[in-house]
Amino acid sequence: MTPVSGAAFVWISLIKILVVFSGLLTLIAFWTWVERRGAAWIQNRLGPNRVGPEGLFQPVADGLKNFIKEETLPPFSDRFLFVLAPMMAFTPALITFAVVPFASPLPTPWGLVNSAIADLPIGFLFILAISSLGVYGVVLAGWSSNNKYSLLGGLRGSAQMISYEVSMGLAAVAVLVLSGNITMNEIVARQQQSLWFVLPLFVAFMTFLIASFAETNRLPFDLPEAEAELIAGYHTEYSSMKFAMFYIAEYSNMVTASALLVTLFLGGWDIPFTAWDNTPPWTVLKFVATFAAFWAKVLFFMFGYVWVRWTLPRFRYDQLMDLGWKVLLPVALAYVMVVAVAVWALEALGVAFGVPYALALTAVSAVLGALLIWGLDHNRVIGGSASRQRARWRADAARAKGAA
Amino acid sequence: MAITVKTLGRPQAESSYVRATLKGMALTFKHLFARKWTMQYPEQTSDADWTLSKRWRGTHRMAVDETGKAKCVACGLCPQICPANCIKLVAGEDEKGNRYPLVYEIDEFRCVFCGYCQEVCPEEAIHVGVDYENAEYSRDGFVYDLARLMKQPHEVSTLWDPSDPKGE
Repeated sequence: MTPVSGAAFVWISLIKILVVFSGLLTLIAFWTWVERRGAAWIQNRLGPNRVGPEGLFQPVADGLKNFIKEETLPPFSDRFLFVLAPMMAFTPALITFAVVPFASPLPTPWGLVNSAIADLPIGFLFILAISSLGVYGVVLAGWSSNNKYSLLGGLRGSAQMISYEVSMGLAAVAVLVLSGNITMNEIVARQQQSLWFVLPLFVAFMTFLIASFAETNRLPFDLPEAEAELIAGYHTEYSSMKFAMFYIAEYSNMVTASALLVTLFLGGWDIPFTAWDNTPPWTVLKFVATFAAFWAKVLFFMFGYVWVRWTLPRFRYDQLMDLGWKVLLPVALAYVMVVAVAVWALEALGVAFGVPYALALTAVSAVLGALLIWGLDHNRVIGGSASRQRARWRADAARAKGAA
Repeated sequence: MAITVKTLGRPQAESSYVRATLKGMALTFKHLFARKWTMQYPEQTSDADWTLSKRWRGTHRMAVDETGKAKCVACGLCPQICPANCIKLVAGEDEKGNRYPLVYEIDEFRCVFCGYCQEVCPEEAIHVGVDYENAEYSRDGFVYDLARLMKQPHEVSTLWDPSDPKGE
């Protein structure tokens, strides 16, 4: 079957946009409920269970409330940017999802339909470009509110997101080295030919995972909003639907980050231990099965976000910067080098891309991963300025001892 | 010589961020399925872990004698002692010389629920009660007149007795 083309392509793309957009918004609404129920359960409470069965319609009630609530506009705010900021946060968060393929191609009477809205040849670069734009929403909201808490939140947000973007991008470079392509579909296909990249690229996966937590501004990296320190950070001055848009942006960032993790490291829509799902002829059944597999993996990570949120305390700002620049960045850089050398060695040895190739890389990654975890475990690397002070004290003490 | 600070070399198991994270994740995951302590209030007003104390001081209640009349003799002690000044009493007298309240109103909104009215009452007529569900839609609704005070169905509270401090 050939891919759709012509007028049918336009129509099918429009339908895909509509379906994916409304599906994502529904998932986001549902996930606010999961977050609140999950939070409650972790804290031995019940959580919202009044609206609808088990409180499932709580997001609807919240949405209605947000539409009805008063719209506030701080008198000293920069009105244009103040109104623009929620849109700037909201849009890139959702657009990123456009290139993520979430199921096998669907056969239709007009041809084969790719599951990603836009199967861009530069898929991954598109993601890097658009997801970086999300920081504008945060920083503009902080700036235009003309409130010192908001501004601090915005500044923290921009510094944090830019810092972690570097290691996130570098971690992904390892994936690109291995897949030899930046099309999302091709990255998925390469994982179907060998192993899911989480094994051969374990360290990159860990780096990407940690960085994606920071990128989505979720705990333990929620410094831009840090309610204990900054009221609500960059969205302190926002009310009603504008506030809700920041919320939707946060959750859609979660969906996108989880989808990226799945696509880059967990084989995308691949069903493990079988080649049935990734070989033509494409059928509707395969579409449904792979769709379910993809979303099961995504929801697993999204649950991880909720789980981690109610487990870990917030980092101090200097610790956050320490982790980003002194741990994740060198680790990611070194790892890219190692992977590149390993790939070069494997190609020089004439090993064809496949399971043995991936297993060899897995062995390398296992050693490096074990070393990394041992290092993180045995050195308090996430110390921030306090650790530097402690090191100074230690040195002083040692010197005093030597003198005595 | 520079001031030296004694630094404690904590064991690895205590200071490792990795282990602490994993331990914490395991703990929170366990709590996901642990017993939930929420009492679902409007349906459930008390359970094995939480009931109102019999010494709870809440909405007032006027005691009634066998003939169905209020026990109050309008002595005026309760409005006198009330620190919140929330009791309004106008005394009347019948042809036999018995005093009775013409007007007896308690503003539950002003009341601080100290229970002095119950303590001071010589006839054990006015009581604070074991009840807290007295919400109203307007402030006027909180002014309880005599008839309403007499109709309150809840238990009256047991005052603290200095000779029996634990209520045994």
